[in-house]
Amino acid sequence: MWTTVLTAVITITVIALVAGLLLSYASSRLPADRDSLVEKVNKLLPQTQCAQCGYPGCRPYALAIVEDDAAINLCPPGGDETMRRLADLLAREPVALAAGAKQSDALAFVDEALCIGCTYCREVCPVDAIVGAHQFMHTVIASECTGCELCVPRCPVDCISMESAA
Amino acid sequence: MEFVRRDAPFIAPRANVASIMRQVLYALIPATLAHVWFFGPGIVLNMLIAGLFCLGGEAAMMRARGKSVAVALGDFSAVVTAIILAFALPPLTPWWVTATAALFGIVVAKHLYGGLGYNIFNPAMAGYVVVLVSFPTHLNFWTVPRIGDLDYHYVNLLETLQYTLTGNLPDYLTIDAVSRASPLDAVKAGLSTMHTFAEVHANPMMGHFGGRGWEWISNFILLGGIWLLMKKIIRWHIPLGVFAGLLVPATFMYVVESGTHASPDFYLFSGGTMLCAFFVATDPVSAATSPRGRFVFGAGIGLLTYAIRLWGSYADGIAFAVILMNMSVPAIDYLTRPRIVGHSKHEKAPDR
Amino acid sequence: MSAPTFDLGYLHGGLRMPRRKDKSNKLPIQHVPVPQQLIIPITQHVGDAAHPVVGIGERVLKGQLIAESDGAISAPIHAASSGKVIAIEPWPVSRRLGGNAPCIVIECDGADRAIELSEPITPYESLSQDILFQKILQGGIVGLGGAVFPTAQKLMHASITPLEHLVLNGIECEPYITCDDMLMREQANEVLGGAQILMYALGVEHCFVAVESDKPEAIQALADAMTELQDHRIAIKQIPSIYPSGAEDQTVQLVTNKEVPSGGLPTDVGCVVQNVGTAAAVYRWICKGEPLISRVTTVTGDGIATPMNVFARIGTTVADIVNFVGGYTEKVHHLVIGGPMMGRSVTTDKVPLVKATNCILVLSDEEQFGNEQPCIRCGDCASACPVQLQPQQLFWYACADNEEKLRSYGLMDCIECGCCDLVCPSHIPLTADFRMAKARMRELADEVARAERARLRYEFHTQRLDREQLLRAQQLEAQKQAASEGGSKAIRDILERTSKKHDQDPGEE
Repeated sequence: MWTTVLTAVITITVIALVAGLLLSYASSRLPADRDSLVEKVNKLLPQTQCAQCGYPGCRPYALAIVEDDAAINLCPPGGDETMRRLADLLAREPVALAAGAKQSDALAFVDEALCIGCTYCREVCPVDAIVGAHQFMHTVIASECTGCELCVPRCPVDCISMESAA
Repeated sequence: MEFVRRDAPFIAPRANVASIMRQVLYALIPATLAHVWFFGPGIVLNMLIAGLFCLGGEAAMMRARGKSVAVALGDFSAVVTAIILAFALPPLTPWWVTATAALFGIVVAKHLYGGLGYNIFNPAMAGYVVVLVSFPTHLNFWTVPRIGDLDYHYVNLLETLQYTLTGNLPDYLTIDAVSRASPLDAVKAGLSTMHTFAEVHANPMMGHFGGRGWEWISNFILLGGIWLLMKKIIRWHIPLGVFAGLLVPATFMYVVESGTHASPDFYLFSGGTMLCAFFVATDPVSAATSPRGRFVFGAGIGLLTYAIRLWGSYADGIAFAVILMNMSVPAIDYLTRPRIVGHSKHEKAPDR
Repeated sequence: MSAPTFDLGYLHGGLRMPRRKDKSNKLPIQHVPVPQQLIIPITQHVGDAAHPVVGIGERVLKGQLIAESDGAISAPIHAASSGKVIAIEPWPVSRRLGGNAPCIVIECDGADRAIELSEPITPYESLSQDILFQKILQGGIVGLGGAVFPTAQKLMHASITPLEHLVLNGIECEPYITCDDMLMREQANEVLGGAQILMYALGVEHCFVAVESDKPEAIQALADAMTELQDHRIAIKQIPSIYPSGAEDQTVQLVTNKEVPSGGLPTDVGCVVQNVGTAAAVYRWICKGEPLISRVTTVTGDGIATPMNVFARIGTTVADIVNFVGGYTEKVHHLVIGGPMMGRSVTTDKVPLVKATNCILVLSDEEQFGNEQPCIRCGDCASACPVQLQPQQLFWYACADNEEKLRSYGLMDCIECGCCDLVCPSHIPLTADFRMAKARMRELADEVARAERARLRYEFHTQRLDREQLLRAQQLEAQKQAASEGGSKAIRDILERTSKKHDQDPGEE
């Protein structure tokens, strides 16, 4: 009886080892398409380009997630939902957001009475949502503003505030 | 004047779950009476024990899950499970066998999977399969139907009670005096020992279609099933599927080699075929969803039953067939989705 | 001329409902007198709100334009009686989410003086199609079957596709409602006159008037009017009374045996559907000069003392109408604007009658609604669904918030008819859940579209910066080159110029 048990145990172990070796060989010689994975991750991100995750934009963050194994919980505008979708796509454990989710959907608003036309805010907007020439009035195109808040600290006269969409 | 608000529609639905379950129970009353006539009061005792443990198990699980016990017991679904189980088990069954089947079916197969509406497996069949595998001798202990055969003793109420509560027959009775192989057992044994079906069928225990006495119960179950169909409690797709899946190969094999195969009508009226086709496979929670899917589901059960009866070691494999098809329901649902109005037939579902 | 029944198309599912119509179809249509106040919302149609063109204190006449259509999909609003505009303010209206909407409030003077027509009534056959569309737009005509889509824009959009049939929808499949039935009985000639105008506007040669077969009086009235009219392009098509056969796509399917493609319109299968009330309204405007300022409404339910149909001015409050028909009974509990399947429950009877109001339904508390239980996957909902969806699967995925599966199983094709709710033994509020899931999916689709736009703008922004950097680097290179080549010559030029200046101005020292 013990020989039968031993034979069974050994057979199963050998099969498991062989299967494991085959799988690791396959995963190294047939890697997942990295580029298309970066695109998929980028599509899940909210494209606010606010750099709150520590990377200079959503695509760099997507690249970091795929190549450098960056954490998936660094995006406040994406919130919990984006983190969960990333976890689903990449088969990782969901983690609580590092900095908490973005609370409001406020957009940037230039107070025209105070604006001096210095163009500092225009240059820093990642989606070119601020228009205005040098020494002329600047304004935010509300439909294109993503609420990333990168322009707010740049204004030397502090004329940009975040107003809720209503 | 001010009014209270509510959401459309403003007409209440007529149907409710409890009334559907109750109709199923009513449909089984003629079959129960036939069963008591032929096999004695055993089935009623089994119903009581199974009912007690099914309802008790359900109440305990609902309490443990923090949900309303009254609502769960009030929808009669546990009662239906108990009754089906009682029909599947032999009339003389020790109470602990019935209790095990009931508890496993309700606690594990139903509530540990999420409760009513979420179970993958038919609770009655899951419970039955567990005791079939764990207590094989008890589940092969079929008593003799009252067909006027003087060689056997027909158990009365006291004897049934004694066996059910203690697991032992009274001293003046032996197992052989009260039991005999079921018709499916007899046919399987006969065919495997090189008798032809005609010879086996010549035995006086055999009736017109199935075993004598046994086929009457099947008839009454069929009547109950037809009544449910007329009342639109169940739809025709699953029963027809079961019949088709069973009869097509059976007829084919019988026509090709009638000596060594049982006739198709024998398969139809023996064992649990009728019960399964109309009462077990039609359990809405564990069956497929679309009409085509339901037919495929039923056909799969029929085919598997035929395969097990012919080649398997169990005389009546219908419970296993049901469990196996329950497992395939997600795949069946995915492959048999009906076409939505306004979409072409060739639209493919997305990959995920 | 008897009414032939052609081959009907097939409708999956649907329900045979208790009709409950015999309460309100016994009396002829009663005319509600002009009330003291008319409250006229500026949005009574799909699309952009109309833009008020009257001010507070201004006197208006019946039929006068008080709000202009504003935007590509919009319709004008007219005063329903003469009087003085006393306010333009928010007022409770019968929207799904409740709440208030801007309304023009007119204090009626009782004289009911009509405005003189700006131009005489010309026969419509002498107008070109484009002029006719503009004229229909000016009448404020919108779909009176409940969808209130501006009729002129619907016709304009339809006329650019090849068309075969006009279908007049007289199918009133919801229980309780009888306004279209009574309209067909009493004003069949106006309905058919409207049909002729619409056929001319669209350039079609066939018209079917779809009526349910359990409305013999309406069918007879239409047949009599057709005999009088002698227009053989119009035919009556009898439809069995199954809810929701009156929904637009389902009507097209039954009448023409063609399915409207998902996400498409009846024009995709060569059909235009208009409610019989809309046709009558078109006739009254084009041939009599009366814009859409009133409509027939059914007032019924256990909470109404004498159910009947009324012809009332747009802007009359429900309270005034109920007062006119004899008041409430003691059983009054809910007020529903619309039918019992697709209507909206409101909290006050101060809401005004608008173009969309086909029924004022006052219900008692007698319907037994049970508690929601788990889905037992019986599949009755799938059997009842007219669009052949699987509500049990949609419910499963809606609870899981699985947007892809919801889309794949056709949630956006759901017409929210409520058939699944009515057959569900577990009393699950399926239609309400689907409405929420649809709203959520629209929200998600919006978010995805925004994110995509932002991504494209960011990529362009990055490219622009790179390009500018490159340009700047090139310019710098060019300057450096120029400096190194002509450097000494430039210095000599400067020295020459400055010494010349010195010579010309010796007195500077």
